[in-house]
Amino acid sequence: MNSRTIEIAVGLFVACGLAALFMLAMQVSNLASLGGDGDSYTVTAAFENVGGLKVRSPVTVAGVRVGRVDAIDYDTSAYEAVVTLRINSAYDAFPDDTSASIFTAGLLGEQYVALDPGGSMDNLAQDGRIQLTQSALVMEQIIGQFLYSMADKDKE
Amino acid sequence: MLDAIQRLGRVTLGFFERLGRGHLFLLQVLVSLPGIVLRPGLVLRQMYSVGVLTLVIIVVSGLFVGMVMGLQGYNTLVDFGAEESLGVLVALSLVRELGPVVTALLFAGRAGSALSAEIGLMKATEQLSGMEMMAVDPIQRVIAPRFLAAFLSMPLLAAIFSAVGVYGGWFIGVGLLGVDDGAFWAQMQDKVDLYDDIYNGVIKSIVFGFVVGWIALFEGSDTLPTAEGVSRATTQTVVHSALVVLGLDFVLTALMFGD
Amino acid sequence: MPEPVVKIRDLRFARGNRLIFDGVNLDIYADCVTAIMGPSGTGKTTLLKLIGGQLRPLSGSIRVYGEEVPHLGRQALYRLRRRIGMLFQTGALLTDIDVFENVAYPIREHTRLPEALVRDLVLMKLEAVGLRGAAQLMPGQLSGGMARRVALARAIALDPMMVLYDEPFTGQDPISMGVLVKLIRELNDALDLTSVVVSHDVAETCAIADYAYLLSDGKVVEHGEPDALRESSSDWSQQFLKALPDGPVAFHYPAVSFRDDLLQGGQR
Repeated sequence: MNSRTIEIAVGLFVACGLAALFMLAMQVSNLASLGGDGDSYTVTAAFENVGGLKVRSPVTVAGVRVGRVDAIDYDTSAYEAVVTLRINSAYDAFPDDTSASIFTAGLLGEQYVALDPGGSMDNLAQDGRIQLTQSALVMEQIIGQFLYSMADKDKE
Repeated sequence: MLDAIQRLGRVTLGFFERLGRGHLFLLQVLVSLPGIVLRPGLVLRQMYSVGVLTLVIIVVSGLFVGMVMGLQGYNTLVDFGAEESLGVLVALSLVRELGPVVTALLFAGRAGSALSAEIGLMKATEQLSGMEMMAVDPIQRVIAPRFLAAFLSMPLLAAIFSAVGVYGGWFIGVGLLGVDDGAFWAQMQDKVDLYDDIYNGVIKSIVFGFVVGWIALFEGSDTLPTAEGVSRATTQTVVHSALVVLGLDFVLTALMFGD
Repeated sequence: MPEPVVKIRDLRFARGNRLIFDGVNLDIYADCVTAIMGPSGTGKTTLLKLIGGQLRPLSGSIRVYGEEVPHLGRQALYRLRRRIGMLFQTGALLTDIDVFENVAYPIREHTRLPEALVRDLVLMKLEAVGLRGAAQLMPGQLSGGMARRVALARAIALDPMMVLYDEPFTGQDPISMGVLVKLIRELNDALDLTSVVVSHDVAETCAIADYAYLLSDGKVVEHGEPDALRESSSDWSQQFLKALPDGPVAFHYPAVSFRDDLLQGGQR
């Protein structure tokens, strides 16, 4: 086989391979939906309990995904979990009294952070802090409370 | 009894001696890698026989593996009403595991065994010795280009396998079983992470390419220069590659995905 | 007497626990055809590999063109090997490229000559072995004798000072044997080569050799000009050179007496 054919074949092979990698990156993964990490800003929110929230869990507003969880730390002085949210710069006009809640998608689905914009005139800035938070619902606690209230009812 | 212990000792010593030879061999190959930058033609020719000729089996297997995953996944997921997650299931299992691992196994069978047999035969017919006597370093001229070609081809082949597989799953799930097209892709894009999944999958396949290339070339050049030796080297390449790939896959998975 | 180009002293070499050479002394002089003969398995090929530096001896000295081969580093060894051509028993042609490219291979590897000059050189070497017409064939299409001639053309491609022949006559029909015998002698004389022929084909080798060494059991048994060796008084040399079936090298492999063996009755 002459070397031109070989070169063309190898060229095609490499092009196919790179195209497949590109396809995996753009079409299959979340690269496109993240819009790159460059155009984003972070805010923090403290929760009493983050439940099953994970790094990279989605952050939504009114059901629209606007960012993701960047880091989850524990504040040893306040005994609270501090969640860093990375939000796409396209959504940069959140009032500074926006509240954050941790919800579960469906009964068994993953947990996510939902933002609920407030009415303040000032907006959250880079490294801003969300004051109003609502912790994740932990199934055991709910069941516990439910049983407790049932017991109370029985006493009456 | 003493005989059995002696045999055990001999086997153990033999194993470590071979392991040592294998590492020295790898070192020689790695040292001579920079030299072949001057001879890209050699690598190109090997990319052809190692990469391009393996492409057909990779594409066909990828397609069928993806289709089977689509079918099996749908049947399981539909019981939970979660058939829209089919895309996630197919893409994640392909990108994280099946793509790199199955590609490496097929690669060992198709290209690795061919490499072993070729090098073994070159040794048996004194071609390598002949090169040495012509003051040409066979490691640099024969082994290193093949090693580099295996190393470069594997991630490309694995990516092609995964991409074709995803389309295979899409074809079955969306095309035949009626999963919603938008949900299929949207859920997939939501759950498959560029860094965690795709990048780590590529790393895996690079490691596998390195290991399979190493094993195949070492088995070939460490063989006895006889017909029996060559056939043994070919078999051992496939067996050892498969074992090492599967073992390494576990270790890499534990390192990458085990939080 | 001039200084020999290859000078081997007290050479000892072992493979595993088997001592293959035990105190070999050997001189090879420039411009001569030196034959090294001996029965199969005496390590004649090993001797060539030792001269070429592919193997390292247990002890002893191997001097080639004034350089102590076992002590040479890689670079120096490769520089030395460019002055030595070697013809392997099987030819050792690269099977994935054609005859022309095989002969061109060492030229391309070691020089930066323009393509036209490479072509001229290759055709010249192929012409010398009479195979210019076969330039486009693949090694698989050649007969054993032709493959060896191509390998010879390749061995002389870089105009070496010395050519080592490993069993050049083994398994050849009378015609290609005659061609090879003639080629070795003619090339030696025309190119001022030093030739070392390792062989057990006594008649052919003696016909072209200027000097011969007989090896057996890891030692040089006898050496001298071929004609003188034929008149040798040693029984072993007589048996080897005249191909007698029995003599010091017994027809029977060492064994317990045949009678005892039969009487053992069924036990192996």
